[in-house]
Amino acid sequence: MRPLTLSRLLAHCAILSAVLFVVVVIALKLGAVPVSLYGLGHDLLRVLFRQTSQLSSEYQLIIFDIRLPRILLGIFVGASLSVAGASFQALLRNPLADPYVLGVSSGAAVGAIIALVIEPHLALAPAVAALLTPIGAFLGAALTVTAVYFLGLRQGQIDSSTLLLAGIISASFLQAIIMFFMSTLSGGNYRGIAFWMMGELQTQPPHIVSLILRFGFFLSAAAIYTTASDLNLLLAGEKEAMHLGVDVRRVRLVVYIAASLLTGLAVSVSGAIGYVGLLVPHVMRLLFGSDHRILLPTAAFGGAIAVVVADTLARTVVSPSELPVGAMTAIAGAPLFLYLMRRRLA
Amino acid sequence: MSSFARSPSSAAARPIGDAGDFNSDIRLSVEQVSYAYSANPTQAPLFTLEATSFQARPGEIVAIVGPNACGKSTLLKLIAGSLEPLSGRVLLNGFVTHALPHRTRGQRIAMVQQESPLLFPSRAWEFVLQGRHPYGRTLRFETEEDIVIARNALAQVGAEHLSDRFMDQISGGEKQRVILARALAQQPLLLLLDEPTLHLDIGAQVDLLETLRRLASANRYTVVVVTHELNLAGQYADQVALFQKGKCLRVGPPAAVFRRELLEQVFQTPLTVELGSSGRPRVNMPSAK
Repeated sequence: MRPLTLSRLLAHCAILSAVLFVVVVIALKLGAVPVSLYGLGHDLLRVLFRQTSQLSSEYQLIIFDIRLPRILLGIFVGASLSVAGASFQALLRNPLADPYVLGVSSGAAVGAIIALVIEPHLALAPAVAALLTPIGAFLGAALTVTAVYFLGLRQGQIDSSTLLLAGIISASFLQAIIMFFMSTLSGGNYRGIAFWMMGELQTQPPHIVSLILRFGFFLSAAAIYTTASDLNLLLAGEKEAMHLGVDVRRVRLVVYIAASLLTGLAVSVSGAIGYVGLLVPHVMRLLFGSDHRILLPTAAFGGAIAVVVADTLARTVVSPSELPVGAMTAIAGAPLFLYLMRRRLA
Repeated sequence: MSSFARSPSSAAARPIGDAGDFNSDIRLSVEQVSYAYSANPTQAPLFTLEATSFQARPGEIVAIVGPNACGKSTLLKLIAGSLEPLSGRVLLNGFVTHALPHRTRGQRIAMVQQESPLLFPSRAWEFVLQGRHPYGRTLRFETEEDIVIARNALAQVGAEHLSDRFMDQISGGEKQRVILARALAQQPLLLLLDEPTLHLDIGAQVDLLETLRRLASANRYTVVVVTHELNLAGQYADQVALFQKGKCLRVGPPAAVFRRELLEQVFQTPLTVELGSSGRPRVNMPSAK
């Protein structure tokens, strides 16, 4: 017997944060404009000691105004999607669940687009208007996950293949709606199809939205984490969990809302990046086991690492042009999805 | 199952709250409990359980027997408090089981259900530690005490050697023992089992019932077990409740319930009943012609 202890949890998180740090440094270095590792280290130290005035302006622009914010965005988007994926998998008792596969990301995208469309007509203060997109995305995500859940029921029980079908069909339905919006909304400052369908981290959201993303991530992840040991029991089924003292209804409510919020926030700033929520929790389960008390935090780090790596590849492999980051995650994620599906059918 | 002898009376394995209960004789009291299930409120009920009553003391085993779809499992859920009775009530030490908060219910009532597949593989010890969940605060990590209790639980069912094995890599009988160990780790007052002998060979069945018998006396559990095995019920139960089509026909000691005419009528097949030297009934099929 080797039950989880706090020190083991912290040790694993420390390792992963070290990996994340290395990945971030490499991501800062790589890009269309080459930067030496030495110069980078020098500049990072200068920033740490608040001597920003000594940075060369060109450096400052590339490293600290373009690459670093983009990496930070990737970190929070990746962590959000991955934690959302791990929670959906436990709650729906389906190892193939993921915000993208279930159509939740597309639902969030539709919500965000609708918010963008109605925003100019509402004459809101700019700060409030900036909130409208994340709120729309959250509502879109929450509505989709509710719809998919009920469509996935068969005789009152969640049926995993019905659920997946319901999710995949909802996703393609919602993507058609996105197409419709995109073609009727030509012009204006709406983002492109690639953004909403595949996701990209190229454009920085307004400062306030970034803050909401970070705050929302910590809030939702903390809410989900309070149910971590309940989720462990839910893996064995809702009835079993109930007999072991889990308030299944409360857990379901908390996790659905928080996971929808995570998905909505991520989609409103980066579009629908797929497969992160599928791939990362599975890798973390292989590495650290399926106890959610360790899975959720390691999945957050893993998601951050995965998206930063994918985005770095997306902007370097076809440099000076760029791929959407969602293309990179799909290249890695779709085969894994198929592998897991085949193994499950076997 | 020699391992059982090692720690039957260890303090950690005793159900809590037991000390004060020795005086009050009745632990479980099922009082005129009925239930009806219908697909929607306007339709006639598809299934009803007629008012049922019985009582059980600490250390007693009650077996619920009857043909398929006679309401056995429904009654078990009503006792567990996961279903609310249409009328009547189920009292555990004087508390209505359905009204207990989730956590308290998890500390007092353990349910061994027909196994459901696990989504991700877990080891036997992880599974048994789940039985400590009702005692933990939201994020608490398992304490030394939890680990001792889980170890004891595994020892009590003779499954220490399975501790590090994965749940999907052990036999049905072994799995059933680990599931029982998880229920013991809950340190319940009331142990409910829904067809625990299903899919087990005869050796594993007898083994399980022997274990239950010993645990019931050693730990003063009240045990309610739903089963199809009339002879196991006759051999090990203190009381048997015989059900047919949602109706409790008779409750009492096995010898009083297992009467030939009654069983033949309920199961619609010729049967013979003989009393063994211990006064326990044996139900047999007459040999085919």
